[in-house]
Amino acid sequence: MHYLSPTTVDDAVAMLAAQTGDCRILAGGTDLLVRMKSGFAEPDAIVDIKRIEGMRDILHEDGGFRIGAGVSGAEMSENADLVAAWPGVVEAAGLIGSTQIQGRATMAGNLCNASPAADSVPAMVAANAVARIAGPNGQRDLPVAEVPTGPGKTSLAPGEFVTSIFLPARPDRSGDAYLRFIPRTEMDIAVVGCGVSVTLDENGTCTDARVALGAVAPTVILVPEAAEALIGTTLDDAVLEAVAKACSAAATPISDKRGTVEFRTHVAGVLARRATKIAKTRAGGK
Amino acid sequence: MALDSKSDLPQFKVVGTRPARPDGIDKVTGRARFGADMSAPGMLTGLILRSPHAHARIVSIDTSKAEALAGVHAVVTRKDFREITDDDFTADILDNCMAGAKALYDGHAIAAVAASSTKIAREALKLIDVTYEKLDHVTDVDEAIEDGAPVLHEGRSDETVPAGMSPNVLSRYEFGHGDPEEGLKNADHVVERTYKTEATHQGYIEPHACLAQMGPDGQGDLWVCTQGHYMVRNTCAAILGIEQGQLRVTASEIGGGFGGKTTLFLEPVALMLAKKSGRPVKMVMTRSEVLRATGPTASTSIDVKIGMTKDGKITAGFAEMRYQGGAYPGSPVEFGAMSAFAPYDLEHVKTIGWDIVTNRPKAAAYRAPGAPMAAFAVESAIDELARHFGLDPLEVRLKNAAREGTKASYGPTYPAIGLEATLRTAKDHPHWSAPLGENQGRGVACGFWFNFGGDTCVTLNITPDGTVTVSEGNPDIGGSRASMSMMAAEELGIPYEKVRTIVADTGSLGQNEVTDGSRVTFAVGLATIEAARAAKREMCKRAAMIWGIDEEAVEWVDGAAQPAGPNAGKFPPMTLAEIAETASNTGGPIAGHHEANPEGAGVSFATHMCDVEVDPDTGAAKILRYTVFQDAGKAIHPAYVEGQFQGGAAQGIGWALNEEYIYGDDGILQNAGFLDYRVPVASDLPMIDAVILEIPNPGHPYGVRGVGETSIVPPLAAVANAVSAAAGVRMTDLPMSPPKLLAALHAKG
Ligand SMILES: Cc1cc2nc3c(=O)[nH]c(=O)nc-3n(C[C@H](O)[C@H](O)[C@H](O)COP(=O)(O)OP(=O)(O)OC[C@H]3O[C@@H](n4cnc5c(N)ncnc54)[C@H](O)[C@@H]3O)c2cc1C
Repeated sequence: MHYLSPTTVDDAVAMLAAQTGDCRILAGGTDLLVRMKSGFAEPDAIVDIKRIEGMRDILHEDGGFRIGAGVSGAEMSENADLVAAWPGVVEAAGLIGSTQIQGRATMAGNLCNASPAADSVPAMVAANAVARIAGPNGQRDLPVAEVPTGPGKTSLAPGEFVTSIFLPARPDRSGDAYLRFIPRTEMDIAVVGCGVSVTLDENGTCTDARVALGAVAPTVILVPEAAEALIGTTLDDAVLEAVAKACSAAATPISDKRGTVEFRTHVAGVLARRATKIAKTRAGGK
Repeated sequence: MALDSKSDLPQFKVVGTRPARPDGIDKVTGRARFGADMSAPGMLTGLILRSPHAHARIVSIDTSKAEALAGVHAVVTRKDFREITDDDFTADILDNCMAGAKALYDGHAIAAVAASSTKIAREALKLIDVTYEKLDHVTDVDEAIEDGAPVLHEGRSDETVPAGMSPNVLSRYEFGHGDPEEGLKNADHVVERTYKTEATHQGYIEPHACLAQMGPDGQGDLWVCTQGHYMVRNTCAAILGIEQGQLRVTASEIGGGFGGKTTLFLEPVALMLAKKSGRPVKMVMTRSEVLRATGPTASTSIDVKIGMTKDGKITAGFAEMRYQGGAYPGSPVEFGAMSAFAPYDLEHVKTIGWDIVTNRPKAAAYRAPGAPMAAFAVESAIDELARHFGLDPLEVRLKNAAREGTKASYGPTYPAIGLEATLRTAKDHPHWSAPLGENQGRGVACGFWFNFGGDTCVTLNITPDGTVTVSEGNPDIGGSRASMSMMAAEELGIPYEKVRTIVADTGSLGQNEVTDGSRVTFAVGLATIEAARAAKREMCKRAAMIWGIDEEAVEWVDGAAQPAGPNAGKFPPMTLAEIAETASNTGGPIAGHHEANPEGAGVSFATHMCDVEVDPDTGAAKILRYTVFQDAGKAIHPAYVEGQFQGGAAQGIGWALNEEYIYGDDGILQNAGFLDYRVPVASDLPMIDAVILEIPNPGHPYGVRGVGETSIVPPLAAVANAVSAAAGVRMTDLPMSPPKLLAALHAKG
């Protein structure tokens, strides 16, 4: 097995293009190395992207944030500006694993691992985040929601990889939140996850909203019906009930060792209601 | 504590204090050597090929391609082992370590390789060709006894099983006295329910590991992580057909066992690979192998019928219990049937236990084997009866509590026991009267464990500089080296720091029973005290010789020999160090030793109290507060006693809430890892309060009772009673995982 550690995006693209066998990108390695150790992945080559210039940076850009593909959850939590603007995204990334895992796990890795239960993804989808992708045909931007296509599958073409995640500028009176349900208090996989982002006007009326669910479909899903229920309201209890209903209705989960269809469907609504309340408070709503 | 009685006990100086454990620094700095930390020159890696099927006939195994791979030094299948025809117990252990005619569960060992690297060994496993004929399987205990259920073994049922039952039923047990049907007639209310519990794993952090060496001269050496290296020696010798004295087994430090390391899974295979290859072979399990192929405890299905008068007197108790112990005989149902009603003084009581096989890994012991599930069923029913009459559940238990002179449901009559003391202390504790909020509930439950003595050897040596070494033969799981050093220091009248206790290999002492049954502080402690007494007698003799007086005229006081009786004051006391210094001239080295199989391990009772909050929207249950009240007899090292109380409670909470073996329709284990086999993490638990009661055990010189196991008996019921109170719906099926609890809440409406 070859271990490659490029320092520029171009080199990385060239190295990826030159590989013929099973070649994997390595970010934090908290998914990949575990899979290799347990014998589920036996790659011929590994391209470590952490030493690529800019990969570990969080930059201000057009009023938003560009987060390098090598930035760990712990680094995000320590960036006060980012925490102030996108607390829901940061808390979602911060839920991944333990203190040790937090020092390595990246959002881009979480996204490209393409688990329907990935914690940061519903928050990024609610945030309308955009992934920047480099590859043999140059650079392109793709909404985060369009990266995963099914469990373990992404829309990235061979030789492509994510270089950064862009979180857009925040209008005043915006707030986001992410909640997941796990049977324990930590070190677990979301049985259901829900990310919510809202923007209010001066009167507390919702002008923009996005609601996304994790672990209730083959990929993280956006629930436009939930957003529609929110927009134009002051997010009172009756509206929260409608959001819960919309999310339960949008969920198409399976029964497995982590939860039943009935459980996931119901809890999708519960989390949507609770997360919306938090997002509303963060946006200054009363 | 007023409820304790310590009248006849010596005044302790060392016992009851909390010194640092001798293995502590090594363990927190990573220097301690566990099973996987051993290596030897020329060592090979051993790996096991495991069945991907829940039940299959093994038609053929072709190992030729694996053997031909460069770097492979040995391949082993069942053919390499001798037939064991005269001893079913050992034959089953062998069959579990290496399948014979059939693969009996997902993960059953089929073949093993030893190769010069892990990579080559993995490659070799892929080259072994196994032809299976798949058979129907069954993993549920109730389904296994239905007509037409897939049969694991023919002809293994013993004479206790009535004709016409499924061949999967292997034994029937019955305990009790009186006539429950008669007793139920006097009840004002009867609760009759079926309870189910899932199999749980001990969840020890350290996976099984060993390093084996087997010379052409027939002498073997084994370094292994185990709860009992003498058991490992004896069973490996029986399986391999060698003499026990030719195999030396050394126990490594152990990262948890809880009963799961009281049998063999890898060791005979490692020795066979070593024998065939002529090289040392190391084997280390992965976590997935630990969950698929070592021994969890039984899953159970239990029918309970209990009658009570309206003032809280239990008129009769009956339980019929079905335990599946995996693919071989030996579920802990007998202990379940013995312990179910052990805390109560009942006129009419009967329990029936059925030992059942299914296509699951062979059960091993797990902390108070069989008792937690039985207590879950009985203590849930008693809670329901108390609630039915609006009675205080602690009062109800006090009213029916077993005490000195009670004839236990499993036969014996109790000497002094501590159940009442735990109940009264619980009632007076601030936890019992603390207010509860919305969606919160409080549960209590009692539990019992027998405790045990067993073969034990201790040798205590006085070194020339007057320090003391104690050699004992039981792997130290819960701080026992510290406790032995403390008891030796107490008895000899010297500081704790002057004593070092080691766990000796099988060549150094006689037979020692496994570290199980909560026996070590009791039995090894007793032997340590007796060994110290023997050394004291010898030291008094040496002093008498020096002084030229009768040895009967010398006594041992505060770490020194001194003249007694008419000679008192004639000579200044001679300290242990002074006697040791001249030992060479007074008869040679000084030691004491003691070998015994002590009776008199006192039973131990506990009462647990638990507060839970249930989230009515998600079915999540959060443990808010938890208090353990348990009789320790005498707490040698109170911190380790508290640790045992807390550890048992934590494991029981996991069993109650989330831990379970999940099998797919294909009979394959779905959650062979710590991600989906959910033991509680630290943030799931409150600080567990431990209240130590000390009702001395008359069978031990310092009053010690075993404490390691009772602590896991009450929590299943204590948590279930609390959850049921908080949710307003009776939970009878463990684990009470969120999907199950939410479904129950929704069904209630
Ligand atoms: C103990 C533990 C606890 C965990 N807890 C959680 C949890 O609570 N929630 C959760 O969602 N996850 C959890 N995980 C999974 C994992 O930590 C996360 O998915 C993490 O975000 C992965 O990031 P990484 O940088 O480590 O990815 P890596 O392991 O480096 O990569 C993951 C996958 O994505 C690919 N990849 C990585 N970066 C890129 C890129 N820039 N472009 C293209 N492909 C890429 C890799 O090739 C690989 O297939 C846990 C893992 C462990 C070991």
